[in-house]
Amino acid sequence: MTRRDRPAADGFGALFDPRGVIVAGASTHPGKFGFVSLHNLLAAGYEGEVFATNREGSDVLGVRSAPSVADLPAGRADLVFVCTPAAANPDLLRACAAKGVRAAFVTSAGYGEAGAAGRRAEAELVTLADELGLLLAGPNGQGVVSTPSKLCAQIVAPYPPAGRIGVASQSGNLVSSFMNYAVQSGIGISRAVSAGNAAAVGVADYLDWYADDPETAVGLAYVEGVPDGRAFFERVRSVVSRKPLVLVKGGATTGGQRAAASHTGSLATDDAVFDGACRQAGVTRAATVEEAFEAAATFATQPLPAGPRVAVVTTAGGWGVVTADAITRSELELVALPDDLRDAVDTKLPPRWSRANPVDLAGGETRDTIPEVLELIASHPEVDAVIYLGLGIQSNQARLMRDGPFWPDHGLDRIVAYHERQDARFAEAAAEISAATAKPILTATELAVADPANPGPATVRATGRLCYASANRAVTALEHLWRHARFASRRSQDRS
Amino acid sequence: MPHTLSEAQSKHLLAAYGVPFAPDRLVADPEGAVTAAEALGFPTVVKLCGDRIAHKTERGLVRLGLADAAAVRTAGADLLAAAAAEDGDVSLLVAPMVRGTRELIAGLATDPQFGMTVVLGVGGVLAEAVADVVVRLVPIDRIDATEMMAGLATQRLLGPFRGEPPVDGDAVAEVLLGLSAAAEAEPGIVSADLNPLIVVDGRPVAVDALVEVSGRVALRAPVPG
Repeated sequence: MTRRDRPAADGFGALFDPRGVIVAGASTHPGKFGFVSLHNLLAAGYEGEVFATNREGSDVLGVRSAPSVADLPAGRADLVFVCTPAAANPDLLRACAAKGVRAAFVTSAGYGEAGAAGRRAEAELVTLADELGLLLAGPNGQGVVSTPSKLCAQIVAPYPPAGRIGVASQSGNLVSSFMNYAVQSGIGISRAVSAGNAAAVGVADYLDWYADDPETAVGLAYVEGVPDGRAFFERVRSVVSRKPLVLVKGGATTGGQRAAASHTGSLATDDAVFDGACRQAGVTRAATVEEAFEAAATFATQPLPAGPRVAVVTTAGGWGVVTADAITRSELELVALPDDLRDAVDTKLPPRWSRANPVDLAGGETRDTIPEVLELIASHPEVDAVIYLGLGIQSNQARLMRDGPFWPDHGLDRIVAYHERQDARFAEAAAEISAATAKPILTATELAVADPANPGPATVRATGRLCYASANRAVTALEHLWRHARFASRRSQDRS
Repeated sequence: MPHTLSEAQSKHLLAAYGVPFAPDRLVADPEGAVTAAEALGFPTVVKLCGDRIAHKTERGLVRLGLADAAAVRTAGADLLAAAAAEDGDVSLLVAPMVRGTRELIAGLATDPQFGMTVVLGVGGVLAEAVADVVVRLVPIDRIDATEMMAGLATQRLLGPFRGEPPVDGDAVAEVLLGLSAAAEAEPGIVSADLNPLIVVDGRPVAVDALVEVSGRVALRAPVPG
């Protein structure tokens, strides 16, 4: 693969925020990509103009289609979404460029993944796109999503909620996975793109553009192979100097490498070398897809910790103990509770509380205890981050009461309303205190997945934050934030 | 064709870029070895040295723990006698015996996708099974070097150990920075191995060095014949 220059930013603007989109090869058959992509584009509420072409010139989903791009008005579409057969694409791109199109997302297969003839066609397509000044995404990719433009130009689901995570992936289905997590958690996506064969534009190119994109707070990438490792390293290092970048790599083991070789044709990479390059570049490398999403979601929604010192606030002992274990195994530090902080918390609780970190309230809390204790702890200068456990347990009991045979009599309606109000209040307090202190406060409870409608986790979600499904997952995400902050801080001190 | 430098040449080349080595002397014959050993102090190590000799230990060309002049003289004579015709020009390398319970390895390796890398690992007889290795791309800076040591999994081995002080992170960083500087300045280097780096009073001492060069790119630092 020859080394290419960084693509012009103008083409990325056309790809992610087009004024209008042409779906080339629109189909009336609801099983075809040419139908599905047009459907998804319209269903997500894209506000720009939508054009379509198909050979018969028939209407598709109420969109008037033309037999060819030549029949469409000029200067109205910036992006063409290509579902036509590979052989038709050179003429199509020429016609689109003549109408002012500046970016093409090519879903068509039959290119680099399809033998020598396909590789030749792919190389010719790249040369042609360069001549025409078109940004060429794909080919053989699943599509592009951009929530600021309500753009869902892809042949797969879902359309995610809007947010600040920018996704780029060598595998289209991993884009879908990340977006499914976004749907589930409510932590949304700014841009997402499947690089497909990455003939002209690779994962690093998209990440580089995200690093300057005001809609994106953090990059999230899946890669299997990096043919020019040194160039990739330089690019991602530059990205990390501007924004956090979370990466998960497929093919980290010999078994995965064999699978990657047949999937994207990626060469095996010595994982120790790849891992070292990530650490040197400051890339946040996650071990699994869900760990990667949760790290990115945390970067997108929490302040960075200034140090490793974590305090745990829990309404019950066992949760605190396992969380202390997880923190101790990590590069975070379970901070010894400072004397003045212990004395301050002591004024809020009956004497049976733990008097140490984890701060175990031991059921001693009254109406305002949790917000007050959270605030005391998060405000203390020797605490860099807080993990809060036990949210939603009273609302869980409330649900049992609501669903039980005695509802709403015997005073159940009043106590249920109280507990649900309290849990919502605690979740709001965690977000407000985090914002006010500029310190991360991560709330963890399995109720986030066991009962997402529980007012505790539901309110965490409403505050725009991730409710972690377990304390150890919160610890892992927080450790990633701390490593990134430490990386940046060491380098900035060195340069000053 | 890539080829290896002799131990003496390898050390000389890497030392020129700041890799610290224990003092040693290259001599022609057993009497020279005795003089060198008396200057450096007993116990002594004598090795057969030549630029075509890459696997000294496997061939029994290293004599350890020589206690006095007689032992050094005998070892020197035996080693010269053990040289094969295909070894080419050979000489004797005399060094003080270095003892330590902990061993590290460090080096340079060319990765097909990422190019030249600096490697640090836990060494010793169990090194392959332990497989505790960290890698960075050349060039590295002091922060990278410090983070490399912190990145080894067996941190307990690096702390205070059996009455010895913790491994000096700055001293390990000097070795890694020297390797990186050598690789940057000398595109002719294909690989380098410092194996073992014996930890003596907390400081890593490289007691062997093997540099492989491409042969197509001339070395910039002077290397003794």
